[in-house]
Order: sequence, then C-alpha cells, then structure tokens
Amino acid sequence: MELLNAFVVLSNFVLIPAIAYGSQLALGALGVTLIYGILRFSNFAHGDTMAFGTMVVVLVTWLFQSWGINLGPLPTALLALPFGIAGCAALVLLTDRMVYRFYRVQKAKPVILVIVSMGVMFIMNGLVRFIIGPDDQQFADGERFIVSVRTFKKLTGLDEGLAIRTTQGITVVTAVIVVAVLFWFLNRTRTGKSMRAYSDNEDLALLSGINPERVVLYTWLIVAALATVAGTLYGLDKTFKPFTFFQLLLPIFAAAIVGGLGSPLGAIAGGFVIAFSEVTVTYAWKKVLGYALPEGLEPTGLVQLLSTDYKFAVSFVILLVVLLFRPTGLFKGKSV
Amino acid sequence: MSGNPYQDDRGNNDASITKPGGQSRMTPGTSTQTGGRKEQHTGDAFLIGDSMTGGYGKGPDILHDCTIAVNKGEIAVIVGPNGAGKSTAMKAVFGMLDVRSGSVWLDGEDITDLSPQDRVGRGMGFVPQTQNIFTSLTVEENLEMGAFIRRDDFSDTMAQVYELFPILKDKRKQAAGELSGGQRQQVAVGRALMTKPKVLLLDEPTAGVSPIVMDELFDRIIEVARTGIPILMVEQNARQALEIADKGYVLVQGANAHTGTGKELLADADVRKSFLGG
Amino acid sequence: MSDTVKKFGLFAGVGALILLTGVLQSWNSALLILNMGLISAVMALGVNLQWGFAGLFNVGVMGFVALGGLATVLVSTDPVPGAWSSGGVRIVLGLILGAATVVLAALAHRRMAKGKTRAVVVLAILVVGFFLYRGVFDPGVAGVEAINPAAAGNLGGLGLPVLLAWPVGGVLAAGVAWIIGKTALGLRSDYLAIATLGIAEIIIAVMKNEDWLARGVKNVIGLPRPVPYEVDLQASSAFVERAAGLGLDPTTASTLWVKLLYAGLFTVVLLILLWMAQRALHSPWGRMMRAIRDNEVAAEAMGKDVTRRHLQVFILGSAVCGIAGAMMTTLDGQLTPGTYQPLRFTFLIWVMVIVGGSGNNLGAVLGGFLIWFLWVQVEPMGLWLMQTITSNMADGSALKSHLIDSAAHMRLLTMGVILLLVLRFSPRGLIPEK
Repeated sequence: MELLNAFVVLSNFVLIPAIAYGSQLALGALGVTLIYGILRFSNFAHGDTMAFGTMVVVLVTWLFQSWGINLGPLPTALLALPFGIAGCAALVLLTDRMVYRFYRVQKAKPVILVIVSMGVMFIMNGLVRFIIGPDDQQFADGERFIVSVRTFKKLTGLDEGLAIRTTQGITVVTAVIVVAVLFWFLNRTRTGKSMRAYSDNEDLALLSGINPERVVLYTWLIVAALATVAGTLYGLDKTFKPFTFFQLLLPIFAAAIVGGLGSPLGAIAGGFVIAFSEVTVTYAWKKVLGYALPEGLEPTGLVQLLSTDYKFAVSFVILLVVLLFRPTGLFKGKSV
Repeated sequence: MSGNPYQDDRGNNDASITKPGGQSRMTPGTSTQTGGRKEQHTGDAFLIGDSMTGGYGKGPDILHDCTIAVNKGEIAVIVGPNGAGKSTAMKAVFGMLDVRSGSVWLDGEDITDLSPQDRVGRGMGFVPQTQNIFTSLTVEENLEMGAFIRRDDFSDTMAQVYELFPILKDKRKQAAGELSGGQRQQVAVGRALMTKPKVLLLDEPTAGVSPIVMDELFDRIIEVARTGIPILMVEQNARQALEIADKGYVLVQGANAHTGTGKELLADADVRKSFLGG
Repeated sequence: MSDTVKKFGLFAGVGALILLTGVLQSWNSALLILNMGLISAVMALGVNLQWGFAGLFNVGVMGFVALGGLATVLVSTDPVPGAWSSGGVRIVLGLILGAATVVLAALAHRRMAKGKTRAVVVLAILVVGFFLYRGVFDPGVAGVEAINPAAAGNLGGLGLPVLLAWPVGGVLAAGVAWIIGKTALGLRSDYLAIATLGIAEIIIAVMKNEDWLARGVKNVIGLPRPVPYEVDLQASSAFVERAAGLGLDPTTASTLWVKLLYAGLFTVVLLILLWMAQRALHSPWGRMMRAIRDNEVAAEAMGKDVTRRHLQVFILGSAVCGIAGAMMTTLDGQLTPGTYQPLRFTFLIWVMVIVGGSGNNLGAVLGGFLIWFLWVQVEPMGLWLMQTITSNMADGSALKSHLIDSAAHMRLLTMGVILLLVLRFSPRGLIPEK
C-alpha cells in the first residue's frame, strides 16, 4: 500500500506532467530539427512561430466561444486548431517567399540564414505582441479533469490522489497521432522520402529531379503545423504568454540537440529526456520518499535537488553532458 | 572578402546552428557563347561534346576545343594524366561548366543550353565521383529516389537493377551509408539507372576501392553496357579502363591528345610512353 | 577618400539624430541616448570581436553583460555586517566543495579505464559530492539570507570604488567565457551557440534566485557612483552660480552635468577599447585570426592552433561585454536581474553588429549608436504613427485603443525589419569590412 501510494504521488507530480511536457517539447523540437535538416539552419524564430500559431488558435477559440460553439468536454481550441495551422502556415510561407527564398537563390551559407531568422524572430515577436499583447491569455475550456483526485481516491481507496487533466490527456494523444502521421509521411510517401533525400544530399536530389522549392514548401507547411500544435498544447496545459514561448526556445533547442539535430526520432527522445530531467530534478521528493522508504528513514527536508527556477539549467547541463560524450547527439546519422 | 557576401560565413562551423555537409556545391554552367558556335556536328554519334571550350565561372578556360563522343552500345573512356581536365570534360558534357564555345548534342538534339537537371530529364544518367548516394536512406529508397522523375511503375527497372547488382537486393533495407565502398558505387550506378537513361556518365567509378573490387565494378559496368546503354566514363586506372573501352580519349591539358579504340590506344607507343608507364 | 567621407557622414548623421533629440525632446533624453549608445557600442565591439574577427556565434551576450552588473555589486557595495561570520564562509566552502566534486569526477573519468566501474565511480562522486555540497552550502545561505532580509540578506560587496568594478566585470565575464569556451569549442564541431544561449539563461537564473549573492529579484539599489550626486551639486553654491551663468536652473543643470560626466567616462572606455580592437585587428594576431576565419583548414595545416585562438578571442569579446555590463549597472545605479532579457541584451546587440558592419570595429560602434537611438525613439514614433492612423477613427473604438496601446511593441517589429533590410540590401553592413 505504501509503495502504491508512493507510485501514485510520483505519477501525479512527476510522470504525468513530464510526459505531457515532454510531448510538447518533442513536437517543438521536431519543427526545429526538420528546418535544421532540410534548410540547414537553426531557426531562432521557432518559439515565436509557435506563439503566432497559438495566438491564431486563441483568437479563433474566443470567436467560437462568443458564438457559443464548443466541443463539450473537450477544449474549443481543438476546433480552432486547423485555423491556427492555416494562419501559421500562411505566415511562414509568406516569410519564406519574402525573406528566406532570396538567400536560397543566392546559395547563402546557413549561418547567414541563422542571422536572418533572428530578424524574423524580432518581427514575429513584435507581431504577436502587437496583435494580442504581451500578457497571459486564458483560452482553455471544457472539462478540466479526466480523472480528478477525489474520483481517484474513491475508486482506489488510496490515501493519495491522482489527477489527469484533460489537457494532459489531449497533449499525449495528439502528440502520438501527429508523430505517427509525420513518420508515416517521411518514411512511406514519395514526397516524404524526397525530403529526406534532399536533406541528405542536395546535389544528388537535384540530379534525381527533386524540386527543392517543393521540398521547402512542404517543410514549412509541416513545421507550421507542428509549431501550432505544440504551442497550442503547451498553451492549454499551462498558459499562453508570448514571452514564455520565446523562452521555450532553449529547452526545444536542447531537446533537438540532445537527440541529434536533424533526426526526428532524436527530437522526440530529446524532448522526453529534457522534460523528465527538468521535472525530476526540480521536484520535491519528500512525499514520495516518505511512502517509499521504511519507517524511520523518512526525509525531513523537501529533498528537492534544485529549485524550480533552475529548470533551464537542467536542460543545459543534460545538453552539455550529451555533447561531451556524444557530440552528434543520441541518434546520429539518421537525418530527416 | 571577395565574392558573394551572402556566402561569407566567417569560418563559422557551429554545429548547433548550421548543418554541416550535404549542401549544394553544384554550380550549373551558363553557356556563354562568345566565340560563336562552331558546328562540327557530324550526326553519327549518340552523345557528343563538340569542340568544347570553357572553364568554371569567370575562371580561365580549362578545356580547349575538346571533343568527346559516345556511340550507341559503346563504352567510351576519358583518360589522361592528373589535371588533364578529364572530369571537367565530363562536367562540360553534363552542363556543369561554362561552355564558351562548342556544343553538346544528345540523340541528334542540341542540349548545350540545358541545365544538368534538364539533361537528366532528357535521358542522361550521371554518377558523380563523390557523395553519389543518399547515405541515410536505405538502398531501396536510393533507387526510388533515382526514379523520382518517373511517374510510371518502375518496379521492373528496380528488378533489373537488382539483377545487375544482386548484392543490393540482399541489402535493400539497409542504410546505404553503412555499405562498403564497392557496394556504395553499385548503389550509385543503380540509382542513375533507375531513370532508364539513354546514356550513362560515370565520373571515376573506381576511385578509392581496392583492386579486387575494382575488377568486379568493371565487370558490372560491362554488363550495364551490354543492356544497351552507352557509357561515358572518366577513369584514373587507364590501362584497365582502356581494356574494356570501345573508344578512348586521351586528354592532355584540356585538349584531345589521342583518340582511338581502346586497343589502338593501348598499342600506341606514344600513349604508352607518355602515361601508361611504358 | 570617399570611404572616409562616408564613414564621417554616417557618424555625423547619428550625431545629428541625437542632437535633434536634444532640440526637439530634451537634452536629458539626448544624453540618456548618448550614454546608453556608448555602452551599446562597447557591447557591439565585444560581439564584433567574436563574430567579426573569428566567426564565433555568441548568443549569450546577455549573460556576460549581467556578470558585469554582478561585479558592480560585489565590488562597490559595502559589506553586510555579520554576513561572513553567519554563513559566508560556509557558502564559499560549499562552492569549493562543489567545484572539487566536478574536478574529481572529471579526473576519475580521465584516469580510469573505460567501463561500468568508471561510470559507477564517476556517478558516485557526483552524487555524494552534490549532497555534501548542499549540506555545507544550504545552511550558509540560510544564515546569510536571514540577516536583515528587507535591506540586505546578501554577502555584500567589498566597498571598493565602483570604477574598479568595470575591469572586474570584464575579468568575471572572461572567467565564465573560459569555462564555456573550453567545453563548447573544439569538440568535433563547435557547439558554442547553444552553449552560450544556455549559460546566459543560467547566469540570469542564478542572479535571480541566489539571494545571498546579490539579493536576487529583490534587487540591489543605490549603488555607489563614480560621479557626484545631483542633490550635492544643487547644494553647492559654486555649481548653482555656474548654472545660472549658463541660464539653467540648478535641477536641470545638475542632471545634465551628471550625465555628461558619465558620457565622458564611457567615451574614455570606448576609445580605449576601440583603439585596442583596432590595434588587435591590424596586428599579426588579428591577421592570423582572419586567416583562420577565411580558411581554417589552411591555417590549421600551417600549424595554427585554431581552437586556442578561438578560445582567446571568445574570452576577450566576452570580457568586453562584461565591462559594458558593469558600466551599464553603474549608470543605472541598481542591479535588477529581472530586467535582463535576451531580445534586448543578446539579439539587439547582434542587430547592432550586423547593421553596423561585421568585422569592422567602427561599424560596430556606429551600429551601437544607431540601433540604440532607434530602439529608444521607435516607441514615440510608433505612437505618433498610430495616432495619425487612428485620427479618423471614432474615439473610444476598440480598434483605436488597441492600436495605440500596441504602439509600444512596434520597436521589436522595427528592429526585425531593419535587420532584414540591411541583411538583404547591404549584407556587409553600413561600414563594411575592408
């Protein structure tokens, strides 16, 4: 019973939040890794791309809410998601047409594109703040919990409760679907394979008759979808604030690099590695250990390894350790 | 600090922001005809690079009035000492060089102004010397990508390639980058064959493989030629190459020095002395 | 010669913009822009050293700037009485223990044979070391933070002259840069960008949360100044007389005079650093730097230790950023870790360097002034623009108020547009590298 309680507490405060957060990071890192693999640069504007897509979702959600349209127990945002993806796709395609394409024609070195993406980051950041403002926005609605603490306790008769929020459930389910579709697309379809081929060897792809502009177009479309989904899930689970999304850049980059930049599988693994380490290291283990350890050995302190404010530090230290021992990340060689 | 400012990366090689490798290095040539087009086209050969003169970009001319031709069902080989412009001549035929005078003809059509991609579309298969496979894709995916421009069913072509290179069939689910040097070259040739090319261009297919593997590769190339595809090939290993060649071109400093059948060239005292080593 | 004329023209143009601010708005704002422009120019100089000379991509400028700020507090504030006896020693001891753990683990990793035992030993050292460190460190922190938490709660500084903090800020930044550079440069490829991005966030997190160090988000205010206080000037009859002679009231005169003094100090620092950077650029060292940048393979083949050179220039550039950070905190008179944001302190500096001209020191300085001027002035301009656009709309309409409220966010948008325009149409910047 004691161990079961310990496990319930662990699930409630560590496993479930980390899985949800890991899914969000993984989706974000997938976008970064796709751009890195195919356009060959790290997109500093990715956090703000996520913010923009999410902003559209928030606005459409509000519109639907004002019309009285909803999904019952599910958040209305899911209904608004396609509009967000479309809006985000329009923005990134416009950006590509007006900004990035010029540099492709010039055969610009990727590092120039990195600097260009800084400019895009400023613009998108300004745009989002301009439209929706810099403050927190609430847009989650519907049922709050799939399983609430009280129901769980009643069902199991345990001392400790377990809550699964709707947003957490939706996050995991959506992430699994999105990742499955993405992998099917990349590995099974002609277009997906041509994207991988282009990422691997541009010249040979050209010689094989693969049209780079088409590859780039598909890449941006996928990235827009991934960014919007990741941003919306994060926003539902936590909150939507433009600056927070900008700050997500570090854990997302860390996840992509830990997994091995350019590797979709790595991005997912990296997302979960970062999320789990952030949550476990900043969690106060007192309660779990109190149940798990025999009488008399219970800890007196909080047993928190680091304060929550250091979660960035955790992603970073993991990143450094991985880079020191495996400079190419956990999954190397398998490029997009 | 010269050249295109957009290509100035200040020596940065930070792997956390830019992806190393795989970027396009290909510079399609623009045919800037200054000397007027000399039409010496005789109309008998299948693929002709006719009196080509040109170089890379704004650089000096590397080729001087160089002519290369392949007939149907033949293997033509370009040999010559280091720096003779062998690969350059092949690149000129493939459209990756600024051809300033001269022309390229394929099957009776003038293709001088076409880009390399368009030439692939017209039926040229090209196997570059290096980076000629998609290392992270499986062997089968490599072949599929070779057939990218085909919209019809290419399973029979793939079967033919597997027949030519049986080892590839065994390894078709494996990443091409994990294969040995000789096997990679087979993938590269197989990939180029997937478009059912009318002519195949091989740039030093035996570079960097062991002598045994080299012999096997030459055997495979002969087999490909027997299926009816004319082959134009640049080779370092002049003696073996000329042995299998129907036609040989010895280039010296970007110009035709000797031309003849492989046997003739092997027998030619001049050729033997100057670079076959006696 | 036209090159010199162009340079002169550009600098004169930026000077005119600042003067115009003085005439149209107030001389106080003009001097504020000038002072922050000087500091920005120093930061841009540091980044230019790294990116322009060596192609090193540092996106952690914020961290080094913040370290400079920290140095100001540690050097110039008065010691907190009793802090050292009630826990300061334990903190230092804890930190040494922590460092020793890492060193020991690294040594074990290097000395022992590869295998399971090594992994276990290294892990054991790290775990035991961590708890030892926390055991020593935490009570110390609690002790220090318990002292007069409303006003102090930190270790305090050394009580030395604040000008001394500027070089110390540089040294502090250089030290951290050394650690980052050691780990992130010269792995099989560089991973400097992500390393600097991460470390900058960590530095800010430490400064926000480690109250014992510099009071965290409770901020340190009232830092000592290298220049006189306005109230003292106003109380001095000689100063009031001189101000009256110039036709100024004492309050305005004192604020202007103080800012002018700061401007003088910053100009001296900028000129010294600029001179040093120019000398470095044209020295054999600078030529080698550029040789490495332009062809690393050839330079390596000639026996140049590329990694070492990169490390050097990274440390130097970061030190310059640290000095600028110390100057800025001195000018502000307070350290507020919450205000450090990457857009403002990392990416804006990059915009300065790119717009000014990567690889050209004068360009970086020009970019520093110009971009800082725009950063400050775009907001009023945006507001004016929005008011013009909305002048025909009905008062109280939601769109109108939204547009006017949002004008403040125009500056980010504008910075992005400027960066993209310069990158597109003048990719080498306003004053290109020769």
